[in-house]
Amino acid sequence: MDFLVFQYPMITVQACLDGILLGVLFALIAYGMALQWGVMNIINIAQGDLVILGGYIAYFMYLYGIHPAWGVIVAPVIMYFVGIAIYKLVINKVVDRDLFISILATFGISILFMQLMNFAFGADVVLANSGYGTTMLFDSNVVLPNSKIFSAFISILFAVCLVIYMKKSKLGRAIRATAQNARAAKILGVDTEKVYAATFGINAALCGVAGALISITFTIHPYMGLPYTIRSFMIVIVAGLGNLPGVAMSGMGLGVFEEFADYILGTEFRIGSVFLLLVLILVYRRFKLSRKREYLK
Amino acid sequence: MNKNNLILYIGILIFGLAAPYIFPAFKVQLSILCILIVLAITWNIQGGEMGYNTFGNILFYGLGMYLCASVQVGMFFPLAEWTESGGEKTFVHTPAQFFQGMAAGLVVAAIVPTIVAGLIGYAILGLRGHYFAICTLGLGVAAGEISGGIEIIGAGQGFTTPPFPNVGSLEARGEFFYFLSFLVLVLTFIAVKAIYTTRFKLILNAIRDNEDKAEAMGIETMKYKIIGWMISAFFCGLAGGIMGGLVGYIDSTDVAFDGREMGVFMVLMAILGGKGTLWGPVIGATVFHIFKEGFWTFFLGWQYVALGVLIVVIVIYFPEGIMGWLREKYPERFGEVVDEADRKAQVEIK
Repeated sequence: MDFLVFQYPMITVQACLDGILLGVLFALIAYGMALQWGVMNIINIAQGDLVILGGYIAYFMYLYGIHPAWGVIVAPVIMYFVGIAIYKLVINKVVDRDLFISILATFGISILFMQLMNFAFGADVVLANSGYGTTMLFDSNVVLPNSKIFSAFISILFAVCLVIYMKKSKLGRAIRATAQNARAAKILGVDTEKVYAATFGINAALCGVAGALISITFTIHPYMGLPYTIRSFMIVIVAGLGNLPGVAMSGMGLGVFEEFADYILGTEFRIGSVFLLLVLILVYRRFKLSRKREYLK
Repeated sequence: MNKNNLILYIGILIFGLAAPYIFPAFKVQLSILCILIVLAITWNIQGGEMGYNTFGNILFYGLGMYLCASVQVGMFFPLAEWTESGGEKTFVHTPAQFFQGMAAGLVVAAIVPTIVAGLIGYAILGLRGHYFAICTLGLGVAAGEISGGIEIIGAGQGFTTPPFPNVGSLEARGEFFYFLSFLVLVLTFIAVKAIYTTRFKLILNAIRDNEDKAEAMGIETMKYKIIGWMISAFFCGLAGGIMGGLVGYIDSTDVAFDGREMGVFMVLMAILGGKGTLWGPVIGATVFHIFKEGFWTFFLGWQYVALGVLIVVIVIYFPEGIMGWLREKYPERFGEVVDEADRKAQVEIK
């Protein structure tokens, strides 16, 4: 145990800033999850693996001499079609079925992706070096890599663009209508099948953006997907479906929590603490709701 | 009908007892099959009968594994030094010590997970549907990550369980573990079969079909859910303890809390066989294990890819399982009254 955090206040500032910049990325992934959960009623366990796949796209661009920041544009385009393909092959068969079926099916996709990435890219921890340097704050006591600031900025940009797109465009309207009532939308001439495919594609594209940013700022590894799924699930249940400011806030909160867990408990318990936090949040909400004789829906 | 059943059970029992002598080369595989069947049967209590799809039964399995090995070592030697030295080099169990330790370890491995299930069950079983599934998934992974950081049980480098002592015969190890796991399988099957004839099973089914209505009928659903989970935990812990000794090496995320392999296998086996039936998990586990061992070598390194595809295919195209398919094909055998005219009408509609 390391209590340096309490003795040296600048580490607290460092952890908070790191956590917020990280949390913005989590919020972007969680937004994708909230989107497909709200529209299609599907919890995608493979979400994190889509993120990692997007990261590998940026990493490969870096390997071939292209600046990995371009991955932010290339990865979502590729991932959109990967998402559509997954939808056509698997998801459209589980949309109307029991939720557990979709959880298990996407769990299968997750294992499949994990292993295919392991074969294709190797089991090494990799990182695409953006060469952005660092920013020093508070007399060089707080060090922020510029890549993190860049990634937070890009995440916010994409999130804002998507929100505007969902509000203004025809497809966005169709997606929102399907989320409200799929049957009624169908009656009024919305091709729900197309909407579902587009939703899944958009979600995958968001994952691609987040993955490309993660490969620049942090590291990626084929087996690192599940924690991202759990994080985004956690953010969505804390914030609630369709509550965008809530998603952003709880994403940042989770980021800060993780940085502090990292400092206080040690890096080896970081992932474990994320999963435990999920359990604690769910149990807390269950007890809170059970007082009113209700349960999480 | 009843007489036939008796003959069937006796036949299976005799086959089970004779199996290690008929297939002497496959003793380890047969033991693993027994463990898998136990896991599938216990998962079915939640997933099939109660409608609570858990990924968390792996928690009890891994807990049992660690506890059994720790007790077996800790009864006679200092545990910390054992894990540090990598086990067998410094300390050697005598046969008497080994079997005593194993017996005590299995008792602990069965009881502690049961208590744990009771405690966390109260908190977690109030969640429903997919919240429960994801929560238990998180619990299993968290247990793996945390146990991988605890020094005294080997942390990241793993824990070597006591090697089987030299009792004269080379075959002794395989036979010991086979009969132990077969015993646990028989006990599990008898216990679960006995449970399924009581009111308890009907209550579980009521919870699955409509929990609110079951509660409105005056059933304390929470109590029965917890008892159901504790029964699962008891046998999962036993299975884990035996598996630890059988594998001989415990790693936190790859052997004990292996949510990616064993944790999914138990769900998959129960679904493949047909959830909500007594025989489904048994058949599913057998088919799955034969398939896995028979074809895994052909995939050589592509096992997980095959596993992923298998999960997707089974879940999408075969959610009713083998028993469900049989039931649809031969409803008379399952005691369902079939109206011939009705059936013909259905065929015509199709």
